[in-house]
Amino acid sequence: MKIKPEIIRVYKTLHSWTGIISALALFIAFYAGALTIFSEPLMHWATPPAVESTIETSIDDAVVLLSHVIKSEADTVRSIRLHIYPEKYFTQQITWEVHDKSAGELDSSNNKYYTVKGALNGEAIIEQIHPSPLSKFIDVLHRVLGLPIDSDANRWIMGVIAALYSIALISGLIILLPILVKELFAFRIGRKPKRVWLDAHNIVGVFSLPLHIVMALTAFVFAYHDIIYGVQDKVIHEGQLRQAFMADMPKPVADQPTNPDLMVLPSELIKTAQALSANFIPYRLDYSAITTPRAMVRVWGNDDSAIAPRAPGGFIPMNPYTGEVQSTLYLPGHQGAASTTLSSFFALHFATFGGNFIRWVYFLLGLAGAWLFFTGNLLWIEGRRKRQKRDENEPKQRKDVRVLATLTVGMSLGCVAGISLMIASSKILSLYVSELYQWHQYVYYTVFFVALAWAWLRGPARALFELLYIAALFTLFIPLSSIIGLLMPETGLWFHLKPALLAVDITALLLSLAFARMAWHVRKRVYFGTDRDSVWAYTK
Amino acid sequence: MSSFQVDWLSKSLAGVILGLFLSLACSAVFMQMPLGIAVSVKVQLAMWVVAPIWMLVLSLSFLFSSGQRAWLLLGLANVCVVTIYGLLRLF
Repeated sequence: MKIKPEIIRVYKTLHSWTGIISALALFIAFYAGALTIFSEPLMHWATPPAVESTIETSIDDAVVLLSHVIKSEADTVRSIRLHIYPEKYFTQQITWEVHDKSAGELDSSNNKYYTVKGALNGEAIIEQIHPSPLSKFIDVLHRVLGLPIDSDANRWIMGVIAALYSIALISGLIILLPILVKELFAFRIGRKPKRVWLDAHNIVGVFSLPLHIVMALTAFVFAYHDIIYGVQDKVIHEGQLRQAFMADMPKPVADQPTNPDLMVLPSELIKTAQALSANFIPYRLDYSAITTPRAMVRVWGNDDSAIAPRAPGGFIPMNPYTGEVQSTLYLPGHQGAASTTLSSFFALHFATFGGNFIRWVYFLLGLAGAWLFFTGNLLWIEGRRKRQKRDENEPKQRKDVRVLATLTVGMSLGCVAGISLMIASSKILSLYVSELYQWHQYVYYTVFFVALAWAWLRGPARALFELLYIAALFTLFIPLSSIIGLLMPETGLWFHLKPALLAVDITALLLSLAFARMAWHVRKRVYFGTDRDSVWAYTK
Repeated sequence: MSSFQVDWLSKSLAGVILGLFLSLACSAVFMQMPLGIAVSVKVQLAMWVVAPIWMLVLSLSFLFSSGQRAWLLLGLANVCVVTIYGLLRLF
């Protein structure tokens, strides 16, 4: 394919600049995002095993407590959850959360969580619980590119980055199109280092392009969907958007009961759900608006053989008083073409199709994406290197090149090391502090900014391998905190033997070894590499 | 054959502004199409239509030989899609 050279030049400039502006933010989004794929095991890993064996209540008996809470806490409870397997999900049978009204709609950092238990004398006791906020904070870092709060403004910043990212992807493709076949399968390891990096950047970029296109577009939509809906409502839907959303919801039933004591038993609802779809495995029932004519219970579940409509799986809305199924628009595998299309946008972003295999693929592609952005910056830096001529002193490298090299090292490794220390310290912190969410933030941002300052002080070359060693060490602390729990349970730490949670320790160990190995190689190059004029060399 | 002009600003603005209008117009056309989709799903798909079209137009607007041509041709594309929308609403 032939494209005019001046157009290629324009798109090369475009690719460089959109790439450089968005790369570091995207590095954080992708590294944290790769971990978010496993947010559930990570959260369970950070949660101590249940100690007290509570009085076993069947879910049908639990409804008495549920209905008590609905009546007594009607002002604050918007939706209340009945967990079918509380132990498997490291939670309580009945839970609900109260949103902090002063915080933004999606900012859940100050939410409070509660459960209810039946005392022996039949009284209901409401207790506050503290589910591990570890995964939630990693998810916030992922969603708003390392910024501390998931607010509207921060999501709009993320949206701008997503737009630049889209341009970077398409411009990268345009540059590569005319030479695609020739270059792509011509990985040249023996050539100049810069060529090797460029070849590798191109290969990873082209082969993970579908994933990147999905991520750029979904992230853009997640940033701006409210605004787009708002504009469309005015200019296209003639103010009818709300009605359109409600159109496929059941109409309120005026003459049905509103007393939660009269609800259909949960076991009946679960039977109904499984009769609809045998592969659908319910795990939770969400009750909402129970004392109104719009009463609804959503039976949430997973179906690994189908596309999950939303991140937590799929659900079947039912009428809690009649047990009638209200819709199958959100039931995996039963959605119809249009709904499945819609669901696939979410599933392709959240990796909620194809079970664990796809999750691991996404994890690796997420890490590969972070690597892609890192190498993008490296290539820009290499492209501007002033070469040392024979019999001449080392040339002074351009200031902007050094600054970008410093930022690239400090921000990306600061993020990696910060997340690792945050995970590693989560178990021990949970024993001593109550404001765990804030503590996760302190740990992360301290490491992040110290790493950035360190890169500034030591220069990019030495900081690169030093911070890699630090990242390796902090990542090693993750399995260490578990091993201490195994060998010295008197410390209060714990060790989970479940394979899914052991995988957290093993993955951390492998990543730690990988970081250490990279650090070892980089150190050799920094001090003894042949290219002494590079920003990545340091001469004592 | 006219020579190629880079025109960063006017091409970017054409991509951002006319790309947004074009994508909104396309979503309006989508809403008018008789596809037999439940309306609550259709409005969501119409929202999802906007981002890919907008981003694609923005990215490709630098292919035009000048900023002026970018505004002219994207403006024309807008007029076409809005006309289609108007016709669909009539029938």
